[in-house]
Amino acid sequence: MKHLIILQEGAEMSNCKHVHTEGQTHQLLVNNLEVAYRTDTVLKDINLSAHCGSSLALVGPNGAGKSTLLKSVAGLIKPKKGEITWAGEDNMKCRGGEFAYLPQNEKVNWDFPITVQGVVEMGRYSQLGAWGKFTKKDDLAIQRALDLMEMNGELAQRQISELSGGQKQRAFIARAIAQEAHVLLLDEPFTGLDREHTANLSRLLRKLTKESRLVIASHHDINTLTDTFDQILLLNRIVIAMGECRDTLTEENLNLTFKNTSHV
Amino acid sequence: MSDLLQMLDMPFFRRALAAAALIGFTNGFVSGFVLLRRSSLTLSALSHTLLPGIVVVVLITGVLNQAGAFTGALLASLIVGIASITVTRYTRLPQSTAIAIFYTAAVALGVILIPYAHTSQNLEQWLFGTIQTMGDTDLKVFFGIACFTLMSSTLFMRPLLLTLFEPNVAAVQGVNVRRMNYLLYTLMIFALMASFQAVGPILSIGLLVAPGAIISLFTNNTKWLFWGGGIIGCVAAVLAVIISIPLNIPTGPAIVLVLGTLFLLAYISVTSRKFHSNTSS
Repeated sequence: MKHLIILQEGAEMSNCKHVHTEGQTHQLLVNNLEVAYRTDTVLKDINLSAHCGSSLALVGPNGAGKSTLLKSVAGLIKPKKGEITWAGEDNMKCRGGEFAYLPQNEKVNWDFPITVQGVVEMGRYSQLGAWGKFTKKDDLAIQRALDLMEMNGELAQRQISELSGGQKQRAFIARAIAQEAHVLLLDEPFTGLDREHTANLSRLLRKLTKESRLVIASHHDINTLTDTFDQILLLNRIVIAMGECRDTLTEENLNLTFKNTSHV
Repeated sequence: MSDLLQMLDMPFFRRALAAAALIGFTNGFVSGFVLLRRSSLTLSALSHTLLPGIVVVVLITGVLNQAGAFTGALLASLIVGIASITVTRYTRLPQSTAIAIFYTAAVALGVILIPYAHTSQNLEQWLFGTIQTMGDTDLKVFFGIACFTLMSSTLFMRPLLLTLFEPNVAAVQGVNVRRMNYLLYTLMIFALMASFQAVGPILSIGLLVAPGAIISLFTNNTKWLFWGGGIIGCVAAVLAVIISIPLNIPTGPAIVLVLGTLFLLAYISVTSRKFHSNTSS
């Protein structure tokens, strides 16, 4: 209940270029996307559309291209072919407020001399720019994100290298929430979380979609998919299937996704 | 004390103190970036390539002066840096491996060429610093480097920190990561060039790593990592000048030795504090 109240109080996307008016939705479009690392084609013929106010899970085996797809949408990888647009604008132009990105845990420099609060404050830098001062609104957004991820109090002042795997994950998700971005791109957000925090995060992602955000996350646990996400994209270098969780999670689709290691 | 006051009357000593303070502070400040970027080994390799750079300049020009040494050192480090990046881009070798091959080859070339580098100046003095022979122009250059370091770091501290923490997230937040990396390299190379004259190419990495490492043992605050590192670098370099000149020991190695001692004391202090808190709880 606490989560619901806090989110309603703080449901803002003031930093986003594409501000919502009632009944309006923004769409993410991926058209004929092809991504290659040198000569290795990782993604091919990817077409998808998703709108704000919904959540999409990317499901597939290791090396299926889930992280690459998230990075491509975030504008971190230049595609070999195809285009990605958000609200009709090239995704590369949407960096700096529209998207929040959660990388995989092992990519982060955890020896950085910074507290959990410091990490979450970093989420506000895109709004503040290089020199802007923290305002009351920023403090509220930071506090709300810490509360939501239960990282407040003593935990907020802890050095990040002293956190457990799950706590590190929660600190980084809090940072993404503090950013108050329109689109949340989360690379395996449930990794390292215990059952209680998995359930909390699942609830939180649902609430974020109700706030008209678009949540896209790579996910491994098929059993918890329908509780958290509206749609699912089965991926193994190409799109195997995409749609409502119940319709898409068929045995045939799962076999196609997980049994064939490469479709390219 | 009276000896120190007497020495302060000597212009060379005052210049050495000012240079030590400026170079120590700049290197100490930048050492925070070196630590966060985890690039001590790369910079160590680059600092060693300064030696062959200087030797080649002496071979070509026949003289050894500050401008020549600076140019040779800069070109050598750039060649090794760019060569390692090129190899990394087109092969599966990590950059640390490529840079290790190139810098050891460059140092080997320098060692082979040293006997042919005939110059009236003392090459050994250049290898371990020339802080006692600083001129007014040198001081102006160091002052310029210190001002540039402080201004650019302060102006771009947030995007720099975002880049150092997680470059992908930084890019999504709108930071131009490539430009920030160029700025970081520029800051590190400038600091290396400054320390190169204070402690010489062989030991310069010590001045560019130790201050940040010492302060990092005591703080979780990134801001303190830079300012604290600057203060430690400045105090250590000035202290080394005050100790080394009356005792007639080389100042460059003295600076690095003072920093090494401070690091050891800091380590003992932190670990003993941890030990006591563990045993009392």
